[in-house]
This record gives sequence, C-alpha cells and structure tokens, in this order.
Amino acid sequence: MKEQTPSYERYQRQILLKGFGLEGQHKLLQSKVLVVGAGGLGCPALQYLAAAGLGTIGIVDEDIVSITNLHRQILFTVDDIGLPKASTAKERLAKLNPEITIIDYNERLSTRNALAIIKDYDIVIDATDNFSSRYLINDACVLLNKPIVYGAVSQFEGQVAILNCHLASSVTPANYRDLFPTPPIDGEVLNCAEAGVLGVLPGIIGSMQASETIKLITGIGKPLINTVLTYHSLTNQLYKIEIVANSSTRSLLPANEADFIKMDYDWFCASKNNKFEIDIENFNKIANTADVEIIDVRELGETPILTDINYYQIPLSQFKENIAAIKKEKIVVFCQSGKRSLQAAQILFDTFGNKKIIYSLKGGITEWFKNKSTEKR
Amino acid sequence: MKVHIMLFGQLADITGVDKITVENTLDTDSMVKSLQNTYPSLTQSTFVIAVDKKIISANTLLTDQCTVALLPPFSGG
Repeated sequence: MKEQTPSYERYQRQILLKGFGLEGQHKLLQSKVLVVGAGGLGCPALQYLAAAGLGTIGIVDEDIVSITNLHRQILFTVDDIGLPKASTAKERLAKLNPEITIIDYNERLSTRNALAIIKDYDIVIDATDNFSSRYLINDACVLLNKPIVYGAVSQFEGQVAILNCHLASSVTPANYRDLFPTPPIDGEVLNCAEAGVLGVLPGIIGSMQASETIKLITGIGKPLINTVLTYHSLTNQLYKIEIVANSSTRSLLPANEADFIKMDYDWFCASKNNKFEIDIENFNKIANTADVEIIDVRELGETPILTDINYYQIPLSQFKENIAAIKKEKIVVFCQSGKRSLQAAQILFDTFGNKKIIYSLKGGITEWFKNKSTEKR
Repeated sequence: MKVHIMLFGQLADITGVDKITVENTLDTDSMVKSLQNTYPSLTQSTFVIAVDKKIISANTLLTDQCTVALLPPFSGG
C-alpha cells in the first residue's frame, strides 16, 4: 500500500452500507486480488475493484489492445491500440484510484510463472477467454488453496461462480474440475472471436465477479461459493446450480507443484482433435493439386473470400447432410480460425474413417492471410 | 411422470430448443440417450447435468416434475 493515508471520503457511499462499514473498507484495502485477463470480463471487474478500494490488484495479460476489443473492453480507447493491455489497464486504474497498489504482468500465465505470481494474492479472478488458462488457473489455485472467482461468457449467456473456496467451513470446496472435469473437444465451444458476444454481457458478468469478490472479502451477503450462476441476457433468466466436490475429479488434478509444472495445458485442451491439423506451409503445397478437395465450412456470407485457391462451401450447420457430395481422396476443411473446421474434420472422420485423408487448416483463414502478407513483404 | 429439461448455451443453439418436457424417463442416463436420439448433434457435445439445481456425477433416478439442466462449458471472456 502507498504511504499516504487513504482518503475514506472516496468510499463514503459504501461505508454507509449496513454490514459493510469501516471494517469492510479496511478488509478491502488490505486484500490482494489477481485478475487474470484484462479483456471483456477483466476490464469491468478491474474498474469496480479499483474504485472500491481493493488494496492490491494484480493484472495478468500478454495481449495487446486491438480495435475489435473496444466494443467490450471499456478500459481502453483508440489511442491504446497496439499497447499492452496489462500496463495500459494499470495506468488507467491508477488515475481512477491512486491510493491502491496495482501490479501489471504483461505475460501469459503459464505453468512456469503461475505459482510464483498467484501465491502473493488472496483471491484469483478468472477473466480469461480460453479453456487452457481456465484449467491452469484452477489447478494452480487448488495447489495453493486460493479461491477463484470464475466468469465466462458465450454469445448472450454468462456463468459466474466462486470455486475452491475454503472460507465456508461447512462445505467441501468444489473446483472447476468438479464443474467441468475435462475440456470439451477443441472447436466444440467457440470463443468470442468465433461465436460473437454482445459487449455489455461480459460487462455484466465481469461486474458480478467484482461484486462476488467484494462480498467474499467483506463477508456480506451470500457469495456464490460452490454455486454456478447462469445469466441469459435475452430472457433475463437467472439459474443457480450447486457444484458438488467430487472425489473422482481429484485424480485429474496435478498432485503437487512439480507435477503442475510438467502439465501442458494447451495440449490438454486441444489434443483430442489436432491429429487433423495441417499447417499453412503444408497446406500450400497440396492446395492446388488434383486429388484434393478443399471445403469452406463457414456459414454463407462469411468473409473474406479466397481467390487463389479452388474450393467450395458446405456450411458446418449443413455439413452432415451434404457429406455424400465429397468425392476425392484428400479433403481439407477450413473456417475463420480453424476451430469449426476441426468439428467438420471429426464429422468426416466419423463418416469415412481411414478411407479418406482428412485435414483441417490450422489457424484457418486468419492464419492463411497473415502468412500470405508476410510472404509478400 | 414428467421431467423438465433446460438446455443452456450452445446446447440450445444446436437443438433449437431451450426447454423440453419429457414423459416416462427413469433416470439421467436414459434421458440423455433419448435426447441424443432426437438431437444427434448432442452426442458430440460436452455438458454437465444438474438435477433440481445440483450437479450430478453418476446416473441419477428422476422424479415426477423434477428439473434437469444441461450446462455446457463457456470459454469466452
């Protein structure tokens, strides 16, 4: 904490609250919270926690600000495009509340740094956008006995929960693996870049994460311990589900820190399907050969359109019904980022087995264009 | 015996329904099997099952008017 005396005037409106008071404010000022991901969920969570006087806030994010972030990542402006998210967020939050300590980590949370970073904090907010990070955070927090305030969104729906929380002595803490023991097949669950998201939704869910964090620290209300709350923004449906700690999921967790460091979470979250993946270099080699059929599995009307390659389109939504039209021995399916095409590849494999050679373009069109522009340079 | 089923997230997308009521389903295993017969795309999906707002990890007997929720993981943030 900084040397100067905190000005409690700033917090007057919340100190007034019954059950919160000066004691609640002291607890907040003495707490340390790590926010992993300064994106759609992280931005509002960070803003409210900084404003509320959370004493020490850590921000982990290796990404830089891009224009597609701005519709939901409200800490950033057009002037920040290209700048690192963690340090930009730190700068912005320090202006909002100079009385708190903010630490930026402009790096990706990995098995190498996670334990060292997390151990200095009381609570971890999972505001990430991928399964690999979610399992990594969970397993690290279980090893270090740190509660997780989890949040996740998809299109119009969100989930919030408090996991691995030892504070309620009456219940055995449930963790993310008690909710979802193993990751879905890569490509099955789309992220915001693939499925889209209404900007205000992570705003709501991230704010809920901040609210649950404040409740947990100050001891007010009934925080979502061992409970996942789902919110549907189109219908305003709220639904709470109790998560039960399950002894069989214990075996899925790394047993100790040495085991954790050996884990490969990217592989763990992608391994089920990457047997189909072909990289750009190898794809370019076979792309215009006679025995290969190239299929765009994006939905009709999605852009960009490729001009240098012969291909046709079967949208994933109608893929199974049209599979019989595929005649050649070798098939390459592609989509925007390489996720939906993995699903298509799996469908092809379920139908043709080893009778055809099936590939999914790794990284999709996005990667292919990136590669093309570097070649030209 | 009636059982109310709620489908969340992408499960509602791929089946086109977010609420179904089914009759004469004995337990969660047979319920899932019959759902997958009606909606084959569900066989490819990852989800957890909650019976009356509590996550279950093994086959569970269902009772009249109980609510079963199928919850998929979300990754977005």
